[in-house]
Amino acid sequence: MNWQAIDADPRFQRLHREKSRFLWSLMAVSIVYYLMLPLGAAWFPELFRTRVWGPVNVGLVFALSEFVMAWGVAFVYARHAGRRFDAMAAELVRDAAAIGAAS
Amino acid sequence: MRKLLAIFALSAPAFPAHAMFSGGAVPQRFGWLAFAVFAAIISLTMYVTWLAARRVRSTQQFYAAGRSVTGLQNGWAIAGDYLSAASFLGIAGLISLYGYDGFMYSVGWLVAYVTVLLLIAEPCRNIGKYTLGDILAFRNDPRSARLVAALSTVTVSVFYLTAQMVGGGVLVKTLIGIPYEVSVIVVGVLMLAYVVFGGMVATTWVQIIKAVLLVTASLLLVAFTWAPHGFSLPGLLGDVTADPKVQAQVAKLLGDAATTMTPEQLGQRFLEPGLFLKNPVDQVSLGLALVLGTAGMPHILMRFFTVPNAQQARVSVLWAMAIIGGFYLLTLVIGNSAAINVGAATIAGMDKGGNMAAPLLAQFAGGGAESLLGNLFLAFVAAVAFATIVAVVAGLVLASASAMSHDIWVGVVKGEHATQQEEVRAARVSAVIVGAVAIGIGIASRDQNVAHLVALAFAVAASGNFPAVLLTLYWKRCNTGGIVLGMIAGAVSAIALVLVSPNMSYPLLETAKAQQVIDSAPATIARLEATAAADAAAAAKLPSARAALDANVKAAEATVQKFAGQTSSLVGLEKPLIELKNPGLYSIPVGFLCVLLGSLFWKDPRAEEMWEELYVRQNTGIHAEAASEH
Repeated sequence: MNWQAIDADPRFQRLHREKSRFLWSLMAVSIVYYLMLPLGAAWFPELFRTRVWGPVNVGLVFALSEFVMAWGVAFVYARHAGRRFDAMAAELVRDAAAIGAAS
Repeated sequence: MRKLLAIFALSAPAFPAHAMFSGGAVPQRFGWLAFAVFAAIISLTMYVTWLAARRVRSTQQFYAAGRSVTGLQNGWAIAGDYLSAASFLGIAGLISLYGYDGFMYSVGWLVAYVTVLLLIAEPCRNIGKYTLGDILAFRNDPRSARLVAALSTVTVSVFYLTAQMVGGGVLVKTLIGIPYEVSVIVVGVLMLAYVVFGGMVATTWVQIIKAVLLVTASLLLVAFTWAPHGFSLPGLLGDVTADPKVQAQVAKLLGDAATTMTPEQLGQRFLEPGLFLKNPVDQVSLGLALVLGTAGMPHILMRFFTVPNAQQARVSVLWAMAIIGGFYLLTLVIGNSAAINVGAATIAGMDKGGNMAAPLLAQFAGGGAESLLGNLFLAFVAAVAFATIVAVVAGLVLASASAMSHDIWVGVVKGEHATQQEEVRAARVSAVIVGAVAIGIGIASRDQNVAHLVALAFAVAASGNFPAVLLTLYWKRCNTGGIVLGMIAGAVSAIALVLVSPNMSYPLLETAKAQQVIDSAPATIARLEATAAADAAAAAKLPSARAALDANVKAAEATVQKFAGQTSSLVGLEKPLIELKNPGLYSIPVGFLCVLLGSLFWKDPRAEEMWEELYVRQNTGIHAEAASEH
């Protein structure tokens, strides 16, 4: 395999760019959203205490929303990876030997 | 090998003799019930191990179950590998004692898998083979990378393992009254049987069985105890806030601050933050260690080599996240139901950490301490907790044994020259060594407070393994110097910070606190007697209050005695140097910085030459290790 040639291939470069942007932004969103929970509990106790549904308060809703966030990020990533990244990678795998031979 | 196993399987269930089940949460006359449930679950796992032992011949079978585990199966196995007794019993207990904070604590354990899914699982599957060392040896100097990876794997696993062995021993003793040492030995021997005879195949199935049992037990508990509240969240929580036991617990936790609050306010306070977790910086520190450390846990990384390709690795994390997240949501209901139906005083009376919340709730849900069904349910939950410990420990021992045999013995000592038979034999011998060490540490650490070792294991993984793996995968200039320096500095800084943190015991501080309890006792008794003289209700409570106080004074005197003549902690300090209990906030940046500096300082042409190959392969899966032929 000519790895340098595959790495330099425009299709691989596009996969690299799209994937990097997508992965690191999802990662940043999830870490920031996660840390908002303990920091919010410490800095905005009044807000967390506010009742919204019977005894259920904002703090509980926010903690539950962390589960929705984690599952949501996983769903968005899996769908995008399955529809786009896998197809782009499959194309490169198919042509890998040819890319090396041509250069 | 199989004959040996058959003899072992026949004798194992007979080993914890019937008479040993006494003095725990299960009443003695129902001991046979606990024995039957335990024997059934152990026999099932032994049968699976027996089936697996026939398949395990090659290294790929032993380390990676032939890479033929499906995404769904691996998702369950990851959940089984990850959800320790601390998750099952510990978090339910925290919620039952401290309400909101217990639930908030559980969130990080799920969010951790976002990191695993996005950055680690698929690339590692594409370039790795069996161990953390394989991932790091890809472009770095193989000997140094394997050596440091194996050291780190064993360190992280032993910290985690010690917490599991000691916690498990105490737990089984409290649940069914088996002596501590016997329980540590039984856990160790069972786990060794799975790992030595069945390798990754048996370990995977034991973890799947345990996860299915764990989810089943939780679903049953939730179904029984949530139904009376119409499966409504406000319905359940409304009853929680109105419950006098909950209100009394909040009043006890708040102390003087509670005197001006109405019962209704006290109940609602249970659903608000701040009853358990007081320091937000510490929580951020722990949160980072969980969210980054899980992705650096060798026994979790190893699970991704058991599936046929990167897509299945992705599917397995999705399933794991569904199971683990769903499980923590069930725990929210279990903890709150235990707070109403059992009560914080009863739960903390059996175990201060709250570990008995779920088992006691099971006993209640089945009809109470005198009923057959109640004790059957309790025995089932106890057996699930036991299976949980064994499955987690098996995963950890397999990870350590693989690092010792694959990375150190074959990679470093034999220079990659060993036959499959030799390597599998080395892995089995390593497993026996690690298992014996685990049993030894478990027995030696009796009565030690080892709960913080779980957090330390995650901090070491987040500060050492995670920066090294992440930058090897994503940063072109990362090289051998960087990962060696980063992994050592990250791990050492995490451990050093814990050694000077409030987690250690400081004789002067402990003695002063205990002395205060002893000194204030006469005044407290006088106050109790004065109130009792004026109030009939208080008079009725006087004997139990006096007994509780006496117990506190006795414990305080024991503390004073224990630390008599000592003035400094293990590392010679009179008081902690830092306030943080969790070192991640400092040690994770140290780890990253040292990988960076080490890579820039030392030159390693191979690491740079291999970059394109690594980056193309981790993204495309070309030349990824394939599944074995059946």
